[in-house]
Amino acid sequence: MAMIDEPLYPIAILIDELKNEDIQLRLNSIRRLSTIARALGEERTRKELIPFLSENNDDDDEVLLAMAEELGVFIPYVGGVEYAHVLLPPLETLCTVEETCVRDKAVESLCRIGVQMKENYLVDWFVPLVKRLAAGEWFTARVSSCGLFHIAYPSAPDQLKAELRSIYSQLCQDDMPMVRRAAASNLGKFAATVEQSYLKAEIMSIFDDLTQDDQDSVRLLAVESCAALGKLLEPLDCVAHILPVIVNFSQDKSWRVRYMVANQLYELCEAVGPEPTRVDLVPAYVRLLRDNEAEVRIAAAGKVTKFCRILGPQLPIQHILPCVKELSSDSSQHVRSALASVIMGMAPVLGKDATIDQLLPIFLSLLKDEFPDVRLNIISKLDQVNQVIGIDLLSQSLLPAIVELAEDRHWRVRLAIIEYIPLLASQLGVGFFDDKLGTLCMQWLEDKVFSIRDAAANNLKRLAEEFGPEWAMQHIIPQVLDKISNPHYLYRMTILQAISLLAPVLGVDITCQKLLPVVIASSKDRVPNIKFNVAKVLQSLVPILDQSVVENTIRPCLIELSEDPDVDVRYFANQALQASDQVMMSS
Amino acid sequence: MNGKGPEDARDPAAPPALEWKFAQVFGERTAGEEVQEVDIISAIEFDKSGDHLATGDRGGRVVLFERTDVRAHGCRRDLERLDYPVSRHPEFRYQTEFQSHEPEFDYLKSLEIEEKINKIRWCQTANSALFLLSTNDKTIKFWKVQEKKVKRISEMNLDPSQAGGNDSSASSSTAGPRACLPNGGCSYNYMCNDFSFPPGGFPSLRLPVVVAGQETSLVAKCRRIYAHAHDYHINSISNNSDGETFISADDLRINLWNLEISNQSFNIVDVKPANMEDLTEVITSAEFHPTHCNTLAYSSSKGSIRLLDLRQSALCDNHSQLFEEHEASSSRSFFTEIIASISDIKFGKDGRHILSRDYMTLKLWDINMDSRPVATFQVHEYLRPKLCDLYENDSIFDKFECCLSGDGLRVATGSYSNLFRVFGCVAGSTEAMTLEASKNPMRRQVQSPARTARSLSSLTRVVRRGAESPGIDANGNSYDFTTKLLHLAWHPTENSIACAAANSLYMYYA
Repeated sequence: MAMIDEPLYPIAILIDELKNEDIQLRLNSIRRLSTIARALGEERTRKELIPFLSENNDDDDEVLLAMAEELGVFIPYVGGVEYAHVLLPPLETLCTVEETCVRDKAVESLCRIGVQMKENYLVDWFVPLVKRLAAGEWFTARVSSCGLFHIAYPSAPDQLKAELRSIYSQLCQDDMPMVRRAAASNLGKFAATVEQSYLKAEIMSIFDDLTQDDQDSVRLLAVESCAALGKLLEPLDCVAHILPVIVNFSQDKSWRVRYMVANQLYELCEAVGPEPTRVDLVPAYVRLLRDNEAEVRIAAAGKVTKFCRILGPQLPIQHILPCVKELSSDSSQHVRSALASVIMGMAPVLGKDATIDQLLPIFLSLLKDEFPDVRLNIISKLDQVNQVIGIDLLSQSLLPAIVELAEDRHWRVRLAIIEYIPLLASQLGVGFFDDKLGTLCMQWLEDKVFSIRDAAANNLKRLAEEFGPEWAMQHIIPQVLDKISNPHYLYRMTILQAISLLAPVLGVDITCQKLLPVVIASSKDRVPNIKFNVAKVLQSLVPILDQSVVENTIRPCLIELSEDPDVDVRYFANQALQASDQVMMSS
Repeated sequence: MNGKGPEDARDPAAPPALEWKFAQVFGERTAGEEVQEVDIISAIEFDKSGDHLATGDRGGRVVLFERTDVRAHGCRRDLERLDYPVSRHPEFRYQTEFQSHEPEFDYLKSLEIEEKINKIRWCQTANSALFLLSTNDKTIKFWKVQEKKVKRISEMNLDPSQAGGNDSSASSSTAGPRACLPNGGCSYNYMCNDFSFPPGGFPSLRLPVVVAGQETSLVAKCRRIYAHAHDYHINSISNNSDGETFISADDLRINLWNLEISNQSFNIVDVKPANMEDLTEVITSAEFHPTHCNTLAYSSSKGSIRLLDLRQSALCDNHSQLFEEHEASSSRSFFTEIIASISDIKFGKDGRHILSRDYMTLKLWDINMDSRPVATFQVHEYLRPKLCDLYENDSIFDKFECCLSGDGLRVATGSYSNLFRVFGCVAGSTEAMTLEASKNPMRRQVQSPARTARSLSSLTRVVRRGAESPGIDANGNSYDFTTKLLHLAWHPTENSIACAAANSLYMYYA
């Protein structure tokens, strides 16, 4: 009979719970596998714990996922890198389970272990594992094997390397599309470890097969490896092998494939060099910008800045800008919205003249777009344009758009614009702000939607921070305090909220002279909700005010509230009193 | 083709008519037993290998059956490829069942959501686990059914009965020798971080020993729920050949899902008009092509089938092909439009043919010919004079399913009085059987001239046959519109049909 010393009790429980019926407890034990391993010692971990885990692999997926993750960092607990290979068997079985996320995690952990393993151990243990998985009966094992080749390959001797390459090429022709997809998406990683000579011969022929797969989903992933392969090849080879493929893909029948091309194309520009870019890639890109399918145009429009940045100023003005002009009046709002979110970045690329001549009109038309998303995307990137075209021009065209958005029907749009106001204020300066935006900020305090009023109060605080207490005294405080007489209690509550936010920013004097009297007066409100909010605000004011003020003004008010007929008011008043007691005691 | 006249009835290419025999019945009704509404079968589906069969019922349950006559597990990779010879007719046994859907209430729309299973589709098998999708009107669920060995655990560190005092989780399944804690049940402190482990570990600690028993149990787990994507009732779900996506179709929209992602779907077809008063046509059924991952067919209440190419655009409002047969205007009546509505479509395994079922007929289309079907089979022509009655009692809106045999030589569909019909669809075949879902399927078989007046143009391969002489009534069987055989499925590799008569599942082979 085993005797468990008392200090070991928690560990004993942890170990027992590896097999508890409650999944939550099993999960908990698995997450603390390292503790169990340390308690068992390195040797018993290798000889008992790891085999135990290998055998008990039919657990729930959540437990298996946690196990796959833990084993990835388990090398120190089995005795260091020398013994890393003992971790492979349990992970190998996890590589074959049905749940994708478990397999992915097991592959990730295997890679993590593999990169630490010594070369001869890799050959003895890791490579056979990859081969076993690749020959697995079920597709799940074969899918997992694809993500391991790039670890196994570099340390293998030549003959084994040849074998690995040929296995990989078989995986690319597997019956199951899932396996071909895994092979296609890992091709770039694998290719990076393959020697130049084989790269051109074998890998490129694998790649060619994948690009002609009859499953769209496989071809899509082949597009992704275009960029990765392109970077590995010499520019000349890249032009010879990759360029024709990508140009072909850019005219693929499937819009999904073209969509992927639109997303990836700019990455190839550098790999092929300037001349082929000009001759082949720019026309391909222009075609994508004018694609029939809106989704493709969205992807292409989203990359316009990145693409132009690589091309330098000349080519874009000639070829891309005309397309951009068309896109700015595209029939799909999503295309315009994607364009609006990146078009600002083109200004520095094109330089001031081209920006004012060509870009500004596009930019203005997007600012007047009928869809708020488009306008919002423009406004959110204003800082980038401000530097190029200057504040005057900007403010002229900007203001109407902002005012319109500020009164938009959809509260989420109003919310978004409020969140940009402090940024705008800092960019446009006090003068501009006072003239145009001040009234808007006040208006939002009386919005119908709570989130807007809440954001408006917060906005006032951030403005006060930006422009300082002096300015706030003049431009915010009087208007805000006026609104405390609003007949609707919800709006009065917003004002209390604004006061509690503003007080710390404005400092003791202003708070005592201007804000506190208003709060105290509100304690006589007829609505209990206002009264307990007064208590809450007072509580928040206690730490920042002088002790005498607390003693003479705040506490009497709170004591009065604590005798209120309403239970909630009494509760919050008492809370505030307790809090103030503590502050007083500590000071 | 010119030379072929009526004599092609003896076309050597046409296989001989099959003789159907009763194989099995599950949930047979005893005489006078009343059928519970919840037990009525509402979906039947074989998996791709034909080793498993699933049924769904109105009570939201899914029942799985497994084939028993297959050779004990051959190479799994072979099974994946679905080719292995079997000598006997398929036999199935009950495997397991689980509650897939529960009745729900949509509080936002004040709608009751029935638990009835509308469709079941099998997904790719992986390891020993079965995967399937089941759907009711609104919610699709992804199920994993897996065999688990029943295990016993022994050799715990602590005696659970004693540890129970401070560990509520004590496992009740422990058995065998138990370790004893000297002062068991006492309180303990959780380990502090500076607790030091000796390099060799604590020898007194031991891992639980797991003893795997012989018994296994099947466990069904819902892995994912695809919800809140349909405003109308889901009528179909269909897996893509790429193994990672599927579609779900309701009256007005078709959505595309990734099996792994349950919180996002893409709308690919939307036939909802801006103004619902302009609505003239709804989607009745949709299915992916068996091998082309970008091809999708859907049928409509107006009797047309549209083939979509998903490559063309993200929102497939424009079909790439439209299959429609234009009825001669002379034969139009009040019911023409109602009975034209297609209740089900199925692709043949070759992907070249589409079978469609409308109220009166079964039509086989070649996707290379969109002007008319290559064959039309009358399912229950004798009902044509009774359409008025059928309209009165709403039977005319019954949705019959249809199926093709794995070899594509025959088609089958259901009718009333628990009858179903099997037609040979090879050019020249005269096979047209009427079978009854009972232990004696051939009881209703009447040797009637299967081929009626063939259309004048024998140049076309359009055949119209199988019109049953109304004499069947003379057998003394009256038509029973309440016993309708809506759901049936053909085994993917063999001549075996599973069909549902109310709560009973009948299986036949030939």
